[in-house]
Amino acid sequence: MTDNKKIQISDLNVFAGKFQILKNINIELPENKITVILGPSGCGKTTLLKCMNRLTDLYPELKVTGDIRISGNNILAAREDIYKLRQNMGLLSQRPYPLPMTIYNNIAYGLKLRGVKKRREIHKLVVHYLQQANLWEEVRTRLREPASRLSIGQQQRLCLARGLAVSPGIILADEPTSALDPISSQYIEQKFLELKNDYTIVLVTHVLRQARRIADYVVFMYLGEVIEQGDVHEVFENPKMEKTKLYLGGTFN
Amino acid sequence: MYILNRWQRHWVNNTWMIISLLVVATLPFFLFLGLYLKSFLLLHDYHLGHLLFGKIWKPGIGQFGFFPFIVGSIWVTLLAMVISAPICLLAAIYVTQYSKTHLLRIMHPAIDILAGIPSVVYGLWGILVIVPFISRYLGPLFGVTTVGYSILAAALVLSIMIVPFILNILIEIFRAIPVELKEASLALGATEWQSIKQVMVKKALPGIIAAFGFGLARAFGETMAVLMVVGNVVELPKSVFDPGYTLPALIANNYGEMLSIPKYDSALMFAALILLVVSLFFNLIMHFFIIRYNRY
Repeated sequence: MTDNKKIQISDLNVFAGKFQILKNINIELPENKITVILGPSGCGKTTLLKCMNRLTDLYPELKVTGDIRISGNNILAAREDIYKLRQNMGLLSQRPYPLPMTIYNNIAYGLKLRGVKKRREIHKLVVHYLQQANLWEEVRTRLREPASRLSIGQQQRLCLARGLAVSPGIILADEPTSALDPISSQYIEQKFLELKNDYTIVLVTHVLRQARRIADYVVFMYLGEVIEQGDVHEVFENPKMEKTKLYLGGTFN
Repeated sequence: MYILNRWQRHWVNNTWMIISLLVVATLPFFLFLGLYLKSFLLLHDYHLGHLLFGKIWKPGIGQFGFFPFIVGSIWVTLLAMVISAPICLLAAIYVTQYSKTHLLRIMHPAIDILAGIPSVVYGLWGILVIVPFISRYLGPLFGVTTVGYSILAAALVLSIMIVPFILNILIEIFRAIPVELKEASLALGATEWQSIKQVMVKKALPGIIAAFGFGLARAFGETMAVLMVVGNVVELPKSVFDPGYTLPALIANNYGEMLSIPKYDSALMFAALILLVVSLFFNLIMHFFIIRYNRY
């Protein structure tokens, strides 16, 4: 493939005490594509995602070794500015966690962190990102309401808008549709397909059909190891490893 | 088999539950009513405004001004809160957001021990440590001559007494906020302190207010420890180094003595009534703020 490699992870190991959560991860994720990380629960998908924006720093009991290069910079190097680094990545978690503020301020919060100061500029961008997340029409009259009053599907789109507002290059999504109804899920999937022109998207999921629908590149993980990675067609139609075959066939132990 | 049929049993069960509920729910009302009836003798003969804002307390000649006690109580309570609240808030944030989890495991028993110490022990400690400290060091530092028995001494003792109550609630409140909320803020590029200040504290605000309100109510009603160090002098304190007198101390010191003085008994009941009303007032304000900030 001739794709640019946006994220290159080499020899990544994560330990929690004596237990090893991630074992020798070596993967390369293509730029402006949707990479899906697949695998059964508890195989380390979320931990892998959290390594990428160094939320692992929050847990002092975790020991992370190896390299994660984003556009060539090793982000695990201690000297890296983690605030800039995290702004380069929008995060979408399993359940939406709107900030305890108004709908408007949920977006403005990130904008201010990004250094946008003029009120008019902020307003323009809030509208822009709400439109990007297909939420503007539904909330245009209630921007000053608390974000927690939105439905859960709307909240997840708000979180997406919030994540986009810090103008990241990468979107990290951790099973973003697992708490949503089918229609809201479809919205999010649709959005990802549109967004991949401008963003590199890393999506963690255990929904096979979702992976098949939107993935370009697939990484299959099991018990902290990467079993197989490759183009979506290769992995789904011609899996090389026995475990991948079993998992895709739905007959995994 | 049964004496009653199903519907009758249902009715009896329900009735008992309703009665139990009513007993609990109307208890404050009966307390209020009892105190009101008991203090009626005083209320009947004096103007309410004169009682609440009168500055002269000479029961022997029929002068009942409660203002010094009310002011004393407010001073002591607010000062204790001003000292205690920020310390508790910062401690709770540190323990739940910054420190490793085993610190919390050490902290919990320590806090519980503080909560279990009888208030008379706090009072003794106040007499032995706080009072001399104020008369020897703190007073001279501010250029004041004081014996140490003062509003400040009571506030300091109280501020330590209420720490475990406020701190325990605050810790539970901060622990109940999902860590994902903090992660969401951090993922936007906020620093840890920005996330705590603008997201975590905001989320916890109703709970923080409830915790402070709880501490306030406890401080306001605390009797023994305050009585031992506050000085028990009926006068309007001009500074925190002056001695004062609080409403609970007034009741505890005098009830059962000197009841031959006319209306004295009634006056003490009125003091209790003020305590009750002020506690209710605190509660109402607290609930108002909780509802107001619970929108997010």
